[in-house]
Amino acid sequence: MLNCREVTELCSEEMERSLRLREQMSLGAHLLMCSGCTNYRKQMKTLRQVMQAYAAGHAVTSERGYAGPTSSDGSA
Amino acid sequence: MGSVPRATSSPASVPGAVAGISAEVLIALRADMLRFAQLQLRNAESAEDLVQDSIEAALRHSSSFAGQATLKTWVFAILRNRIIDHLRTAKRTVPMSSLVEDGEDWQERLETLFNEKGGWRDGPRPVAWPNPEESMQTRQFWRVFEACLDHLPPNTGRVFMMREFLGFESDEICSQLAISTSNCHVILHRARLKLRGCMESGWGRPGSGTC
Repeated sequence: MLNCREVTELCSEEMERSLRLREQMSLGAHLLMCSGCTNYRKQMKTLRQVMQAYAAGHAVTSERGYAGPTSSDGSA
Repeated sequence: MGSVPRATSSPASVPGAVAGISAEVLIALRADMLRFAQLQLRNAESAEDLVQDSIEAALRHSSSFAGQATLKTWVFAILRNRIIDHLRTAKRTVPMSSLVEDGEDWQERLETLFNEKGGWRDGPRPVAWPNPEESMQTRQFWRVFEACLDHLPPNTGRVFMMREFLGFESDEICSQLAISTSNCHVILHRARLKLRGCMESGWGRPGSGTC
């Protein structure tokens, strides 16, 4: 039985390669019982969508269309 | 929004304000762009060239800046194309092994998300994010997101951005950086684990503050 830590690894792994049947089954069994990991897996997909939008330059937005430069120390 | 111009070179000229984008604003972005380009290229000179080239392209094509995206993401999208081209043609970058590791405390902090049996601890256990697609239309969302990206340790950020921002497959990343597939996957996993936690505390939980 996989634990949550292992499941998060698999959730990342499946973004990189197709999982083997046994991995898919263990993942599926865990997700049925675990809402935390189910949320995690959804978030991984969201994260990829967000990155794609960001890479395409689609990050919105200020009300006026220009948010101003963010500072370089990450305090944005 | 408008299309992102691909690489074309022309003599350097940084005029003043062009169609709503001032040179001052672009120059203010320069530090951020340089930091990103240097992280990806590990070569100050190439990074400088690509950033300069991107700024000039942004000014030349300022009419295609729709004003809906933040200026920063638009200019970064231009820089992104140039970095991808550069990495693909340059063939070789500095391998990861020659770089300073991101540090063990970073790894240990990720371990504390789980209890001794490997289950989620209550605090970090993921919640369902409310309407991510709607949130992507808000400024607050992207602010949190950019801050979270900035908080990734350098090597981890480099690999993650190469994968998810520049769009390289993990095989390509392995050979470019001379790291093993499993090492690459572990780095990506840690980046995702860290990012989602940062996103959730900054934005995903109702009533949450900033990252």
